[in-house]
Amino acid sequence: MRAPFDAAVERHGPTVLRVCRAVLGPGADADDAWSETFLSALRAWPELPEETNVEAWLVRVAHRRAVDVVRRSARAATPAGGADDVALLDGWVRGGARGTGTVDDDEPAGAGIWAAVAALPTRQRICVAYRYLGGLPYAEIAELTGGTEAAARRAASDGVAALREREECTP
Amino acid sequence: MTDRAMTDRATSMLRAAPADTAGLRERLARDAEREGLVDVLFRAVDSPIGALVLAATGRGLVYVAFEVEDERAVLDMLASRIGPRVLRAQGRSRALDAAAAQIDEYLTGRRREFDLPLDTRLATGFRGEVQRHLTEVAYGRTATYKQLAAGLDRPGAVRAVGTACATNPLPLVWPCHRILRTDGGLGGYRGGLEAKRRLLAMESAG
Repeated sequence: MRAPFDAAVERHGPTVLRVCRAVLGPGADADDAWSETFLSALRAWPELPEETNVEAWLVRVAHRRAVDVVRRSARAATPAGGADDVALLDGWVRGGARGTGTVDDDEPAGAGIWAAVAALPTRQRICVAYRYLGGLPYAEIAELTGGTEAAARRAASDGVAALREREECTP
Repeated sequence: MTDRAMTDRATSMLRAAPADTAGLRERLARDAEREGLVDVLFRAVDSPIGALVLAATGRGLVYVAFEVEDERAVLDMLASRIGPRVLRAQGRSRALDAAAAQIDEYLTGRRREFDLPLDTRLATGFRGEVQRHLTEVAYGRTATYKQLAAGLDRPGAVRAVGTACATNPLPLVWPCHRILRTDGGLGGYRGGLEAKRRLLAMESAG
């Protein structure tokens, strides 16, 4: 890429932060994943082909960095890739991730939606994040999370349906 | 409400969830600077002559832009001439803090000369020679384009000297605002003639 990197941070930074918060819960882990995503991206930027879809690329990097954050905190030798990553993220959230459920005081409006997202099963939560926030095609989501394209599509749609029900119950 | 509309409502709530990245961007700039991953760090600062953009590399201050310039065009130029790892550092930064402090001191009448590490790679060729020569004209003094050309043993290059002043990458630090026309006219200024007028008035008052 020949364009200034800062334009990508400006344009895609908020989307990547929402993806990180959806996957790890809003808090220190999501902040770490965001920071490491953009540091990795900065390293790779000059070699990145001009025709790259930058947002989709950043979301894929964010997935890997989110898994790294969890793996490092888990301090255990864990298998990597696809379904194993989802299992790792699943165990993390069930085990009580650092900062999950807390949002900065200046962003009270965000708390409700993140609580609703956090309540989803891990695979649904991840598929909703990568599809509806990150805009990734289902084939790529399947590659990142293991399983088939159809399963990724179903998980995203079940996840959104659950969010919708919750929305209906909220006055 | 239709199923589809409810889906859209749920996903648009997600997409609209607040995501303030200001603090994270400061942290990114700090980490990137520490790891030597940046080509150019830049920062917007307020000043008595309008907002300025200061840009620095690991070697020093490399470019000063004025409010009248299009920030995006400036960043594009820096990316293509220096490198695409261009990052905003609105918080603390080793490369920018000294430059920001000295420019503020100068513009508020507390400094007459700059003592800063500079990256002069944007000052090339004869123009660069002219631009480096600008510091010969001291605070509160002025010179003409013609005098500057003569001083460089190029008496016929008055127009080229004018172009060099107009393209000076380090205005204020390299004081191209002190160069006037032989007839006393202001000539030009990348930051606009009003800024040039104010700088000259400030220096002649001090």
